[in-house]
Amino acid sequence: MATQDNMVTMVVMGEAFKVPEGSTIVTALEYAGFQLTTGVGCREGYCGACGTLFRESGDHRIKGGLACQTVVSDGMHLAQIPFVPGEKPVYDIRQLRPVIDSFRQLYPEIFRCLACNTCTKICPQELQVMDYVQSIIRGDLASAADLSFDCLRCGLCALRCPAEIVQYNAATLARRLYGRYLAPAAPGLDERVADVSSGLFDAEIDQLQGISGEQLSLTYYRREIRTR
Amino acid sequence: MSVLYFPGCTLKDKASNFDASTVSSMAALGVELKELQRWNCCGTVFSMASDDLMQQLAPARTLLRAEQQGDGILLAPCSMCFNTLRRAQRMLLDEPEHMEKIRLFMSLEAELLQADVQVMHPLSYLRDQLGWQALRQGVTRPLQGLKLAAYYGCLLTRPLELGIDDTCDTSIFEELLSALGAEPVAFDEREACCGSYQTLTNKAVTLRRCQELLRSAAHGGAQALVTSCPLCAYNLDQMQREAVDEWPDLHGMPVFYFTELMALATGLGWDPDWTARHQVDPLPLLQAHGLA
Repeated sequence: MATQDNMVTMVVMGEAFKVPEGSTIVTALEYAGFQLTTGVGCREGYCGACGTLFRESGDHRIKGGLACQTVVSDGMHLAQIPFVPGEKPVYDIRQLRPVIDSFRQLYPEIFRCLACNTCTKICPQELQVMDYVQSIIRGDLASAADLSFDCLRCGLCALRCPAEIVQYNAATLARRLYGRYLAPAAPGLDERVADVSSGLFDAEIDQLQGISGEQLSLTYYRREIRTR
Repeated sequence: MSVLYFPGCTLKDKASNFDASTVSSMAALGVELKELQRWNCCGTVFSMASDDLMQQLAPARTLLRAEQQGDGILLAPCSMCFNTLRRAQRMLLDEPEHMEKIRLFMSLEAELLQADVQVMHPLSYLRDQLGWQALRQGVTRPLQGLKLAAYYGCLLTRPLELGIDDTCDTSIFEELLSALGAEPVAFDEREACCGSYQTLTNKAVTLRRCQELLRSAAHGGAQALVTSCPLCAYNLDQMQREAVDEWPDLHGMPVFYFTELMALATGLGWDPDWTARHQVDPLPLLQAHGLA
């Protein structure tokens, strides 16, 4: 329970800190005096740098989340994951084909998937991780690309996988293969590339490079968003 | 009539002809196959290790999804998937402790596993649900003159209590071929092993099995082998050229999925895309009988 002064206790790698109720884990860590130099990034839930493992009071389960999006609870135990050293083979996408054999070559462990769904349970983006792994196994790269589209590559799935699969990197390959070989061509893309190459936007870019950070921020948030 | 359908991974890739012909020929017979949503690998080979329950999660999850989406029957045409799902289901029903552990592991996922769906092979479905008589009525282009060896392999009939038929002298496969208008031949090795996964680590074993099976089929006068297992198809069809190289007197023959023959007999014709999935070209035989 929160104390009367609206503070909760958060336990960071065994050490307790009083932090304001309602803070995200990142904010709470900084309030407690930690200077975050890694395991933090955009602070807006987009970059996937702040994957974290935590356990809430009264629950035996270790859960995962993004530290910038997860609100601390009283009695929460946690640790930051600074980096996930997942396997990331180097490949030339032009030498690969959008077929299962590309995965046999680069991510053979994916075929050991046990369908245990542990990856799906930990995903902070609530993606159907196991489903996209299974899509890759049966060669449905369109489905794998679609199901993994919102992956932030935080790596929590790979940390928990009993079959030692590096889901997020395999999914990246699936999206690249899909994008390069299978996705329908975007109408107008060639035209727009030609516009860029011809220098059509150079003046605007130069102008943006010359303005202050504050102005840049304002310009960004006031930008025109076109929807279909 | 519609029924829930579990294609399995291989039917979505290396055996896409098996998938396509299953769906189209069943539709031609008035049975609409509804593909199970969000299906995963069947588990590929039933794990007999009693202390390795993780291996049972894949079939358990498949059974659970089928319970959630279906009306009691799950059709699995791939012999491997059929066998794995049936055996995992039997284990879960026979071993309450194992069932309980699997349920607890899946406790964060809403529905409780019952494992009460009836996993059926299309051969059983055609005989017991549709009926041979109805199937015969759907045959518009009988496979007159085709002499075929029905190859059960290991997985359709074993273990006996979970097999495609409850007798140790089944004739269900031959009955199908007869109903399609073809002539099933005597085939001594019809329930013998194809060499299975030895093909990966000990190819000589598989080549020898390929040779023995082809000889047995040819002895009965078969012009082609018929299977429901992509692994058998691989070992008998894709390996056949090497077997013939090693035993030059060997009589080679095409290997069909039974559903391809159903598609032919129901008048759907031979899909040209299927030819590339065959190593031994089936077209000369089909053309000789006016089927392609």
